[in-house]
Amino acid sequence: MPVRVQVQDFDVSRELGALRAGDARVGAVAAFVGTVRDVNDAAAVATMTLEHYPGMTEKALQAIVDEAKSRWDIVDALVIHRVGELAPADQIVLVGVTGAHRGEAFAACEFIIDHLKTRAPFWKKEATPAGARWVDARASDDDAAARWRLPEGGPGR
Amino acid sequence: MPDTPAIKIDVVYLARLREAFGVGSERVEPPQGVATARALREWLAARGGVWASELAPGRAVRMAVNHDLAGPEAPLRAGDEVAFFPPVTGG
Repeated sequence: MPVRVQVQDFDVSRELGALRAGDARVGAVAAFVGTVRDVNDAAAVATMTLEHYPGMTEKALQAIVDEAKSRWDIVDALVIHRVGELAPADQIVLVGVTGAHRGEAFAACEFIIDHLKTRAPFWKKEATPAGARWVDARASDDDAAARWRLPEGGPGR
Repeated sequence: MPDTPAIKIDVVYLARLREAFGVGSERVEPPQGVATARALREWLAARGGVWASELAPGRAVRMAVNHDLAGPEAPLRAGDEVAFFPPVTGG
C-alpha cells in the first residue's frame, strides 16, 4: 500500500518485514532494489542527483501500484524512491510485493518497476569528470513497459 | 474575442527544462485560443530563444495536467497546473 519519496536511505529487510508483518496469507515476497552504478554511458559517475515533481510523483506511483493490484492477485505492494544526492552503490529504489504465490508477486514487482521507469516523474543528473549531465531516457525502458500492454478489449489498460 | 478575460495557468518546468529556462514555475495568461496542452507549448515556444529550441515540435517533451500525464490534446481550464519535462529517468 505505501508509496514513499524520501531523501534518507531505507532498510530492505525492515521494509519487507513490515510489508508482510503478521499476514499469514502471504507465501511469497518479491523485491527489486535499484542502486547507483559508478559508470554510465562510458563515463565515471561521481554522484547522482535525483529530482522529482512533488505532488505528481506520489500520485503516479500510487496509480502504478493500483494497476498492479488490479491485474494480479497480490496481497500488498510497496514503493520507496529516494531523491537528492546519491553516490555509487547507494540504494535508489525499492519495490516490494507480497502475494500468496511467487508467480503473481514476481510479475507485479516487475510491472511496477517497468512502469515507474516510464511514468513516474523522476530525473537523474550525473556528475562526471566532464561535468554534470542529465541522464537520457532509454528506449529499452519504453520497450520493457510496453510488453505489459494488454490486448485491445482485455481487462485493465 | 478581445473582451473575454484570459485564463490563468500555473506552469511548472522540471529537470533540464527548468535549468534551460532559468525558472521553475510561473503563472501565465495565454490568449483565449490557447485551449490545449499542445497550444500552450506552442505559445511558450513563440517566446523564441531557448523556449523555441527546447519546446520545438521534434523535441521529446512530456506534459502533465494537474499531476496526470497528458497528451497534446488535453484541454486546459483556468487554474490548471501544467508541467513540461523531459522523458523520465527514475528507478
